[in-house]
Amino acid sequence: MSVRIETRELSVSFGETRAIKNISLKMQTNKVTAIIGPSGCGKSTFIKSLNRMNEITGKATTTGEVLLDGVNVYGKDYDVVDLRRRVGMIFQKPNPFPKSIYDNVAYGPRIHGTGDKSDLDRIVAENLRKAALWDEVSSRLPASAMELSGGQQQRLCIARALAVEPDVILMDEPCSALDPIATAKIETLIRKISEEYTVVIVTHNMQQASRVSDFTAFLYLGELIEFGTTKDIFEYPKSELTEKYITGEFG
Amino acid sequence: MKIKQLKQAIFFNTFRIVTIIVVVFLVYLLFTFVQNGIGVINWGFLTDIPRQGMTAGGIFPAIVGTLYITVGTMAIALPIGIAAAIYLVEYARENRIVSVVNTAIINLAGVPSIVFGLFGFGLFVVFFGFGTSILAGILTMSLVVLPIIILASREALLSVPKAFREGSLALGASRWQTIWRNVLPYGVPEMLTGSILALARAAGETAPLILTAAFFFSPTLPRSPFDGTMTLATHIFYVLTQSPNPALGRPIAYGTALVLLVMVMSLNAVAIIVRTRQRRKRNW
Repeated sequence: MSVRIETRELSVSFGETRAIKNISLKMQTNKVTAIIGPSGCGKSTFIKSLNRMNEITGKATTTGEVLLDGVNVYGKDYDVVDLRRRVGMIFQKPNPFPKSIYDNVAYGPRIHGTGDKSDLDRIVAENLRKAALWDEVSSRLPASAMELSGGQQQRLCIARALAVEPDVILMDEPCSALDPIATAKIETLIRKISEEYTVVIVTHNMQQASRVSDFTAFLYLGELIEFGTTKDIFEYPKSELTEKYITGEFG
Repeated sequence: MKIKQLKQAIFFNTFRIVTIIVVVFLVYLLFTFVQNGIGVINWGFLTDIPRQGMTAGGIFPAIVGTLYITVGTMAIALPIGIAAAIYLVEYARENRIVSVVNTAIINLAGVPSIVFGLFGFGLFVVFFGFGTSILAGILTMSLVVLPIIILASREALLSVPKAFREGSLALGASRWQTIWRNVLPYGVPEMLTGSILALARAAGETAPLILTAAFFFSPTLPRSPFDGTMTLATHIFYVLTQSPNPALGRPIAYGTALVLLVMVMSLNAVAIIVRTRQRRKRNW
């Protein structure tokens, strides 16, 4: 097993508020790591620090390191644009662009210089298949992505993220806006794509964490309370706090 | 219960009456211009030069001059205004300076146009030595409409959801790629609407042009940007106030006003059509 992405004493604050404190965590290559914890515990901030999205959404101050394949992505010369190509992100609310289904998936490859029509056709088809959406949309690729259902939109966003050939996929509560059936499809998909990609998923749904992840990290008030294999965390939690949380005593 | 309903009826009816009054005035205004202006409008009026001390003849040089000024203002103010809005919304971080700039722009949009006229006169006509010229007029009018265009473009950009930007950036797009491919395409129609309205205003402005570009009378069309020109709005002013016999010129003034109204209202109509079409197409 190898480590794809690792944080070392990572802290992020917004103004005076420290959102996460000294988190050191190793995320294994081609495994699913779930980040769980009650609302406001810093899950989203943590995941957004991995592709430096915090600096877009707010005035975040980050200290510590995030190592992607051993290189600190907060290093002075690190190309943030390249980082975000290698570390894709799926958002809480599906955010397809108001373009055609085809153009949504082709957006990333086009930006990174793929102009050839047959290449794009191949990439679009391949990634829609990977995202388990091809059968539903193959006959209407020129249709607007906004016409899809919420679950389809989220799978489209996954296809769009996969199309730039990332190494890591970050998911920030990807099912919170979806119904149970759409959620089940996404969960199956997460298991499947983890064969090829390293997945980090934030979820407030503990069943989901136990179903889809190999490792689980429990965050509370910005601190990492416990980290281990999902089996260990859910069956033999070491910390009392973790146990209380997963048994639903608070949250 | 009764009193509640009575109150409601009183308020609604008051508002209804006020609305009707406004509409009646607008219709009456239009009617007056059509009634008094339509008589002088014919092919000759639109294509001839003014004659007999502006009491006869046409307004062709004024129509051409207004077109020159409007198109020239658009050519200068639109790119600068949109670029400034992009910078303010997409690049400049929220800080003290940006909020000062934003406030300044809002205030500039409310500055009386004669003040811009005086500024343009001092800077372009005198200091740069352009003289009373189309160029000085265009530059001055650009200053008048620039704040309006910036504000309209800013609103347009702010109305594009943040999620589009984040989604694009998260795919490894640069800021510029994100703006170019995933923000501007959705904001441009609304920007154009706002800008067209600004231009309609430019077409009808009078005071700044009197000081910078307008000739009382010019039998020939301007040959270069350094020539002055007649314009529709200033023509109305001159005919009614500066000609030897204003009473004789009154029909000409009404006719000119009608032509100007039609031009401005056509621009507004274009803006409304662009906006409606865009709203219908918009699915986010």
